[in-house]
Amino acid sequence: MPFIPHTEEDVRAMLASIGVDSIEQLFDEIPPELRQIKLQLAEGLSEMEVMRLMQQRAQADGEYSSFLGAGAYEHHIPAAVWQIATRGEFYSAYTPYQAEASQGTLQLLFEYQTMMASLTGMDVTNASLYDGASALAEAVLMAVRLQRGPRRVLVPTTLSPTYRAVVRAIVSNQDIELVELPYAPDTGTTLLDSLRRWEAQPFAALVIPHPNFFGALEPVHKLADWAHAQNALAIGVINPVSVALLQPPGAWGDKGCDIALGEGQPLGVPLAGGGPYFGFIACKQAHVRQMPGRIVGQTLDAEGRIGFALTLQAREQHIRRSKATSNICTNQGLAVTAATIYMAILGPEGLRNVARACHANLLALLERVTTVPGVRRRFATPVFHEAVLNVSVSAHDLLERLQEQRLLAGFDLSRDYPELGNALLVCVTETKTQADIEGYANALQSTLGQLQRAAAA
Amino acid sequence: MNVPSDLRYTDSHEWARLERDGSVSVGITWHAQDRLGDLVYVEVPTVGKSFEKGEACAVVESVKAASDIYAPVSGQVEAVNQDLNSSPEKVNEDAYAAWMFRLRPSDPGQMGMLLSAADYEKLIAADEH
Repeated sequence: MPFIPHTEEDVRAMLASIGVDSIEQLFDEIPPELRQIKLQLAEGLSEMEVMRLMQQRAQADGEYSSFLGAGAYEHHIPAAVWQIATRGEFYSAYTPYQAEASQGTLQLLFEYQTMMASLTGMDVTNASLYDGASALAEAVLMAVRLQRGPRRVLVPTTLSPTYRAVVRAIVSNQDIELVELPYAPDTGTTLLDSLRRWEAQPFAALVIPHPNFFGALEPVHKLADWAHAQNALAIGVINPVSVALLQPPGAWGDKGCDIALGEGQPLGVPLAGGGPYFGFIACKQAHVRQMPGRIVGQTLDAEGRIGFALTLQAREQHIRRSKATSNICTNQGLAVTAATIYMAILGPEGLRNVARACHANLLALLERVTTVPGVRRRFATPVFHEAVLNVSVSAHDLLERLQEQRLLAGFDLSRDYPELGNALLVCVTETKTQADIEGYANALQSTLGQLQRAAAA
Repeated sequence: MNVPSDLRYTDSHEWARLERDGSVSVGITWHAQDRLGDLVYVEVPTVGKSFEKGEACAVVESVKAASDIYAPVSGQVEAVNQDLNSSPEKVNEDAYAAWMFRLRPSDPGQMGMLLSAADYEKLIAADEH
């Protein structure tokens, strides 16, 4: 972004031409409490002095050690990823409007699609969606269109509460019923007995989160086969890193998932409050005309050379208007660029190593923290890089006290899953060392002890 | 211009043919396929589903556009032309042989309300200007 300063005269002229007296008046409609940002800078500081001041203030925020997952995950991102992604040739957030004039961008998106199809074990993917939660909403709408009948979709409560809320917000005014399925209290996975009553009642699709919000592995083959036996579609919601180790949704059950999707952030996009992240969605070839968003195809030009073009555009909103497959299918070009570079740098073996390291670290952490008095694992189910811990004190208080010690120790489950009691979701990725895990366990032990003593006193 | 005289037409460019068994075959006119260009996909309705006259029940997609196909008369879908799944180009090759679906009309009198070949020719002649 170039630095383009305005002189006071420029500002005066611009204000005069739109008919306001001052900058303050221009922003008048923003509530004053939101405008009270006072940087408290002395007048006339040099650039060097301002830099030093800002660095000091940034340090005051401190650095946290994060064991927090619940949908967004801290991973090591090789320095080359964003070095390449921010090159001028790539550094644009959108698919270009004159798409075919930008062969480099289209080639990158085509390679992204190819990698994601390979990772998910599905036939086709699009060029990305806004985020994982809205990708699920699109998958639900897509399933209802494909099934041309029942407007009911089964959604396990083991799916992220955020995803459930987003999907409800997007589809609830479209006459689609979302039925929440309970989970088994001992395994933390979808209660298979709860499926039976839906064998007599039509529904369009079953959503299968894997790993689920508790980090637990669902019985995906059984669930996918059951959905297909009811003539419904199976929608897989996955973590893209997990499928480097686990079977991809294309291989669940006898037929594989019909639609698979997830949050792409773990593939090279840094953690940030509010994103930008990106969603991915993939499907079987037979369903491609109902898949929303842009799809890049490979073709030959008039001289027989390989080239890339947008394809299947007739289902998109610039042609089909209100009858398009979606009118909110924003893609996330820059985040996808980083993800493509991340996957290319790691390769399948590299991604498997990341997944293995995450899993080994989680097992090490679980083994260690369950020796802490007052801490136990909630579910005895196999997990991937997250697990639920029950603690003997308020999870909210415990997490707050640990945060004061610069430790983000997990996600408090008591609001969304009060039946779990004092429970938190802890996440470990490849970024943590044995010493970090030891530090986590020690902090947990001492803080938990303090809270217990305070409660007893 | 290719407008067979034995068919009935709609102002949304479908043709309808009353078959001997009383069913109605539906496709798009030569003029419609000419305007759409090369068809790449035909989405036919589900057999057994009922549509009201004028209701969107199928979709044709060409290299430049996608359009809904509307039921010329009310009725239930009795058969669909599965050939078009793999060979949508048949619509371009012979628009009047490439029927898309057959309806069992709920009110056979509605056929009489459709445009005649002469009326349809006037309609597309006006469209050309």
